[in-house]
Amino acid sequence: MENLLLMMAPLFSSKLLIVLFFGTLFGLILGVLPGLGPTTGGALILPFTMTLDPLSAIVLLTSIYCAGTYGGAITAILINTPGTPAAAATCLDGYPLAQKGEAGRALGMATVSSAVGGIFSVIILVFFAPMLAKLAYEFGQPEYFALAIFGLTMLASIGEGSPIKNLIAGAFGIFISTIGKDFMTSIDRFTYGINELSEGIGFIPVVVGLFAISEMLTQSTSLDQVFKRIALKAVKLPSLNDYKLTWKTILRSSGIGSFIGVLPAEGGTVASLIGYSEAKRFSKKPEEFGKGSIEGIAGAEAANNAATGGAMVPTLALGIPGSATTAVILTGLIIHGVRPGPDLFREQPEFLYGIFGAMLISNVLFFLFGFFGAKIFARITLVPNKILWPMIFAVSVCGTYSLSQSIIDVWIMLFFGVIGFFMRRYGFSVVPVIIGLILGELVEGTLRQSLVIFDGNWLMFLSRPIVITFFILSIIALTFPLLKKKK
Amino acid sequence: MNNVQIKKRANKSSLPFFLKEEFKVSFIIIFVSTILLITTFTFDIVPPILNRGIQPATFPKALLVLIISLTLIVYYLSTKKPWKLEKKLPKTFYLTLLSFVLFVIISKTLDFFLAISLLSVFVSYFWGEKRIFYLLLVSIVFPIIVFIFFETILGLRFPPGIITNIYYQV
Repeated sequence: MENLLLMMAPLFSSKLLIVLFFGTLFGLILGVLPGLGPTTGGALILPFTMTLDPLSAIVLLTSIYCAGTYGGAITAILINTPGTPAAAATCLDGYPLAQKGEAGRALGMATVSSAVGGIFSVIILVFFAPMLAKLAYEFGQPEYFALAIFGLTMLASIGEGSPIKNLIAGAFGIFISTIGKDFMTSIDRFTYGINELSEGIGFIPVVVGLFAISEMLTQSTSLDQVFKRIALKAVKLPSLNDYKLTWKTILRSSGIGSFIGVLPAEGGTVASLIGYSEAKRFSKKPEEFGKGSIEGIAGAEAANNAATGGAMVPTLALGIPGSATTAVILTGLIIHGVRPGPDLFREQPEFLYGIFGAMLISNVLFFLFGFFGAKIFARITLVPNKILWPMIFAVSVCGTYSLSQSIIDVWIMLFFGVIGFFMRRYGFSVVPVIIGLILGELVEGTLRQSLVIFDGNWLMFLSRPIVITFFILSIIALTFPLLKKKK
Repeated sequence: MNNVQIKKRANKSSLPFFLKEEFKVSFIIIFVSTILLITTFTFDIVPPILNRGIQPATFPKALLVLIISLTLIVYYLSTKKPWKLEKKLPKTFYLTLLSFVLFVIISKTLDFFLAISLLSVFVSYFWGEKRIFYLLLVSIVFPIIVFIFFETILGLRFPPGIITNIYYQV
């Protein structure tokens, strides 16, 4: 009861309501614009959050996350281009249905299933995050090391693209975290006499570079692309018949999305693909999938939005990000001096339940915005790239500069932009780099502290049951793609 | 047109291995990783009493060895199943890349704001925008709004330069 009241706190704070309103609005705009999305948007907005108190800052970031994930569906349905990668599966049936003159029905179903999936996942978050945090009390340094390794192997295994390339990208991310002064012995590593590198490479220049700048380069290669927007009269609430047809799919996909979200992977993207394929498997009319099936839209959209709450579970309970956007949120927590983990649940429940409540409200808000404003948001997609991207560049540069007021950070951002472009071109996902970067210090720190505890004896890792469990799970995660291929 | 594309593709598959993209990418990753690996041997060694578990060089060494090993596997697999590569990069890509280089030079030598402004107009123009109003919007109006926003709301002080100095009345 007390927790429920804490969850309702954002409703009684005008400041938080304003933050929620603008966060949801901004998230929707970001989600609608192809190439942008909640991760890039979150990274761009991060410097602005320094002017806010910690709760408002995280509420802003989480509302961008929830609304941005949904926003991708609008573009997917109306112009057959997913606004975010998580909406890729929505294109498969959303656009064909819109072509049949039922864009309003398609958007209505996407809006309802997204909101249900999002709310379902917040309930999962409220119940499971404290439980996971309690479990984490048993964790010492070796357990955290094993957990971080498990997180990275999962990312390689069920993330998008080749698992080996994902592993290389993850290792590259951890490698970046080793640049600068060694945090345990203060010895310079890979600084090459450049003073600015002693502090290490910041998270923001890397994220903005890998997402925003690399996307700008990608856009420069496809300027001849012409978007054709399908006319939308109004978003329609699904009919009783549509509800009858899809309620099981929505619930199933909400469960799938929440579960996939909890696993450290590319959250919504993988969740929506699995949600979509499961919807097809259970459907009475699988032959309609790909031709405008309402179940297909519901399956994909409920799953990708359910992944938002799921991904917040390990982020808040363990400090292990469940997706790229939660890695940005985790950075937001850290720069505001909030350390996620079990202590946070014990010491600052009002902070945590405030976030849960804000996520819940954000899901309701984007539902309303989606219904009444989808037509306006759809127009945003028509802003030409030749005007939009130079503007995004200006914001990226100023935002990156603002955190440390260092021009070197801006150059690092551009450098990672180029790296990110070529990584994507050759099939390396950039998400593992981000997760690797944020987990890097944890992996190295816990490994070294464990070895101090074990007096340098590596075999002692195998004397801890939780560590063994995580190692076995990591091996399964690594061999899973190979077994799947053989099948 | 199709025949030309098929011919190009056939030519690509008959290229010597060192000209194939898979080799070039793997080679660059391994080359850079090897240089970084060599660098780790120059790191200071901590006396045993101060050593926290392992030497500061050990962890990055292990990571670089892992990256090199995995890249070798990726390259080996690519010889069995070549990568699906996207089309050749267009001129606009190289111009955008060039604008980044110009940005770095101008922001270092002349002015940060001027660099943003010039990059914006350069990119917008070469991406196809020829209307003066929109070029002015992206190169002057919008950067000024962003500049003032960061300066006033976040209390940011931008690096000195010919235009920034006028603004700060230095």
